[in-house]
Amino acid sequence: MSKKAFRPDVDAPEWKGGHTPYDIIKEGTIALLVVAILTVALAVVFGSPDDKAVTLKRWANAAPVDFAATALSELNGTSGTATYGAPYNTNATGQQLGPLQLAKWVGARIPINAATAFVLDPLKSLPNQSTLTSDLAQWKTASNGTRQQWMNSYTKAATKMTFHAGQVVVNATNAGPVPIFINDLTQMARSGALDQALVTSNGFYTTDYTLPLLFIADGSYLENLATAQHLTGDQWGMMNETGSYPGQAWLWLYTFWYQVPPFNQSGNGDVLVWGLMMVLTAGLILVPFIPGVRSIPRKTRVYRLIWREHYKQ
Amino acid sequence: MSTTEVDRQWTTKLRRRVTAKLPPDKLLPDTQPSYVASWIYVFGVTTLAALMVVIATGCVLAIRGPQWWHGSSIGHFVNSLHLWSVEIFFFAMVIHLWGKYFMAAWRGGRSLTWVTGAVTFLVSILTAFTGYVSQTNFDSQWISTQAKDGINATGGGAYFNVLNLGQMLMWHIVLLPIAAVVLTGLHVLMVRSKGVVPPFAETSDAS
Repeated sequence: MSKKAFRPDVDAPEWKGGHTPYDIIKEGTIALLVVAILTVALAVVFGSPDDKAVTLKRWANAAPVDFAATALSELNGTSGTATYGAPYNTNATGQQLGPLQLAKWVGARIPINAATAFVLDPLKSLPNQSTLTSDLAQWKTASNGTRQQWMNSYTKAATKMTFHAGQVVVNATNAGPVPIFINDLTQMARSGALDQALVTSNGFYTTDYTLPLLFIADGSYLENLATAQHLTGDQWGMMNETGSYPGQAWLWLYTFWYQVPPFNQSGNGDVLVWGLMMVLTAGLILVPFIPGVRSIPRKTRVYRLIWREHYKQ
Repeated sequence: MSTTEVDRQWTTKLRRRVTAKLPPDKLLPDTQPSYVASWIYVFGVTTLAALMVVIATGCVLAIRGPQWWHGSSIGHFVNSLHLWSVEIFFFAMVIHLWGKYFMAAWRGGRSLTWVTGAVTFLVSILTAFTGYVSQTNFDSQWISTQAKDGINATGGGAYFNVLNLGQMLMWHIVLLPIAAVVLTGLHVLMVRSKGVVPPFAETSDAS
């Protein structure tokens, strides 16, 4: 049987040299102590960021017109969530990776009807509102065409929406119950009741904030706060955090692709970045098996810096 | 009971296999090859030490629940410890990874050691990410609402909903830490079993 040829990037020479004393327990203990002390020092000097979460109440009080306009977009089906596609609804194809429509194939597994979930159901939960109750009944019995007509009338006039004396003001005619819906939902949000209504829509106990987060993200208020903190996608996005903290610096490569073409110009940017990162991730895991990539260490000879004492001898 | 019967026992077989692969002098060595003489070797044990601090500080945060640190100065300090130990963990881990790459540390039957290390790195990234979206503050709101688009585009958002705090917190404090610790344990045992990769033999193959 012939002896297999030595492959320098796969095989390692047998070590026939000497050994030195090595106290693994002592090394581990010292490392733990040093890291613990360094952690305490960094925590004492720099602390950690903790900006309060945005609530619908805070948003509707700080920017009532933005809130009301977003509520309208949920009702008339033009908001980010209403036009998202999977996993929330079937109103868009979603992003494609070549011929692969991954999100669409998985389907609307977290079904959300934006008008019902964000506007109509919360309004139904308000007690002792006789006008609103009759308006909701009017909406329920109206045809789709009539509803569309009301929303079109209101949406057209809402370009000049203002907030005056605690009320949403839109000079719309033939808008049916829509003005009441938008104003009452804004009042509900300003009181804090909408936060509770969305969080507890599926029961008393909950840990799922999908609905309020989607609603807040559909508006401009959250994004404006993030822009002020340099957190938007074109500002290296979610790898950062508020304040001058390192954030998730290890996501730099993932975030990097969002800064350059074609990813930052494509409607399929997210899935393209994910596809590329999956390939690169597989490459990282399989480095030992990829010819060329596994030869770089030997050819660049960076190892001579690491083992310089050894090569001196 | 005959000797043959004892030999056939699963327990006997497992013990013999484990002790053959990892005899005590390999598991807890008191010497090391003389080529192991560089600061780069410090970053493996530093990563392990930081992981211990991360887990310890995370356990302290878990005692009083996810909201505690917002209203308590002690809680906020523990959160700061958790944050900075994570930063040290990743800093050390990335240097360890690059160091091992330039040593071609997969040589000599150590491919699986590299693979477990790389997968541990990825699991750690996911663990940190789920931590960031479980902070219950502005950062978690912004990061989760941004990240959802990437995950949703792959179809994965239907099952891994980054806007669901309960789901993310469970992944962060149960599932992913278990995966990270098990993978780290396997990685360390493989290093101990196979030993530290020797230098390239330059005279014959470095050109």
